[in-house]
Amino acid sequence: MDPTFVEFLWVLLLGSLLGLELIGKVPPTLHTPLMSGANAISGITVLAALTAIIKAGDNIVLLLLGSVSLGFALFNVIGGFLVTDRMLAMFSRKPARKENR
Amino acid sequence: MTDILRYAIELGAVLLLALGIKGLSKVRSARGANQLAAVAMALAVLGLLFNSLATTGISASAWIWILLGTLAGGVLGAITAQRVPMTSMPETVALFNGCGGMSSLLVALAAALYPQALEATGAVALVSIVVSVFVGAITFTGSIVAMAKLQGWLSTPGWMQSRLRHAVNIALAVLALIGAIEMLRTSGGATGLWIVVIASGLLGIGVTLPIGGADMPVVISLLNSYSGVAAAAAGFVVGSQLLIVAGAMVGAAGLILTQVMCDGMNRSLLSVLFGGALGASATSGGGGGEYTNITSCSTEECALTLEAAERVVIVPGYGLAVAQAQHTLREVTRVLESAGIDVTYAIHPVAGRMPGHMNVLLAEADVPYEQLIEMDQINPEFPATDVVLVLGANDVVNPQAKSDPSSPLYGMPVLDVQEARTVFVVKRGMSAGYSGIKNDLFELANTSMVFGDAKKVLGDLLVELKDLGLGKT
Repeated sequence: MDPTFVEFLWVLLLGSLLGLELIGKVPPTLHTPLMSGANAISGITVLAALTAIIKAGDNIVLLLLGSVSLGFALFNVIGGFLVTDRMLAMFSRKPARKENR
Repeated sequence: MTDILRYAIELGAVLLLALGIKGLSKVRSARGANQLAAVAMALAVLGLLFNSLATTGISASAWIWILLGTLAGGVLGAITAQRVPMTSMPETVALFNGCGGMSSLLVALAAALYPQALEATGAVALVSIVVSVFVGAITFTGSIVAMAKLQGWLSTPGWMQSRLRHAVNIALAVLALIGAIEMLRTSGGATGLWIVVIASGLLGIGVTLPIGGADMPVVISLLNSYSGVAAAAAGFVVGSQLLIVAGAMVGAAGLILTQVMCDGMNRSLLSVLFGGALGASATSGGGGGEYTNITSCSTEECALTLEAAERVVIVPGYGLAVAQAQHTLREVTRVLESAGIDVTYAIHPVAGRMPGHMNVLLAEADVPYEQLIEMDQINPEFPATDVVLVLGANDVVNPQAKSDPSSPLYGMPVLDVQEARTVFVVKRGMSAGYSGIKNDLFELANTSMVFGDAKKVLGDLLVELKDLGLGKT
């Protein structure tokens, strides 16, 4: 067996366990923001897209595929984090605004 | 030396991402945690770029394509995030999620077409590519269908509700498997690859299309988990441990969240995906039936009753979200509060058809967090409540869920609003809720229907209350 592959499997296993452990108890209030935030993190495929572009050399098809992939991933990441922040901002700024009225 | 730096950056990014997800599960720390996760992502990207610069270098043409992709995705993402109204959050998450899946799919395609360039050769790489393509395609088409259904752009065709769909979906899954085997047999042959792409794309549509609007958030959450799996598979393809960890974390966390949502609706994940029990009864009419004995009343009567109340509980639902009435509701409750009436909000775990959706909407309208009471806390309080105002909620206040074992809703946790002295149900008409099941609550003697769009009814109510002299400070 390829040693890096085994190493990757360990990483996969530990990462999954970490994910299961991280969000044991979540108040319902945060389900939507949590889903949206986790969704933004899944846009981590930007790394894969970047790798594809960097290794593409002068292969135009590969460059194009990588670039479109990067666009999709970043749409996910930037949009996801911003929209999550928009939701969460409503929870935190509330007391201040109440005093203003 | 660069290796040590790279590992340090990757480990730091993983740590921050984990702390981010963890922090997102607490109200106090959630916003900071989200920003932390964003920083971690930026760190990971910069780390990759610097590492490439230090080792292989990045060609000028690569920079151009990186810039193009970044600009297009970043700008569109930022605009979408700013523009989209809070009421369409579920659709938005679905859209973003689909794009994440598409990204994994494209990377895997690139690796399959040019394995030498991306150093993705050998059996392990091939299997990773197949998994990434399969999961990525399902995530993409499934999420887009989910979004379109929630937006009302798509409805389920008739044959999709029949058992035929299972046969079609199984056939598609088998086809995808055949494609995968063909691809492994020819060590990366294009024919097998395209069969996998097309079959799994269609499978994503076939599985998602028959699912009713009520169950859609569960599906979105599940697809969110899939996009994590797709990212992890892409990590195997390009050989990035960071990608594998992050993908696995999201995949696992998404699964937990899906389970939590299912629990809230008392549905098993399997029945959401394959059974469609609620949807089926809606079409066959089982559990339906005509309403008799409905009392309806004007907003004026409703205002008079509210004025005389001491304790009022608001039950917001999907109808409130659709009518975008959260701000008007807040004005009404302000007027009531100024008259010394105790107002709280009963939040059912799946109200608004997405857990936490109501909390977000009401927070947008400046409702204090402490006034939002969860189901288990508020249920014992209903007997001591004078007036319950149900706004566009239906299934979550259906007493059948507790009283009628033959009802498809039976066993779902509901709000016991019928225990209150008076119940007003604001609703556009007598149509059934998402489940398509008749709601016994509407026929009870202490229930009055106020027909109309939630926003309009609340606006009228506000005028009536002010006419009664409330809210003058």
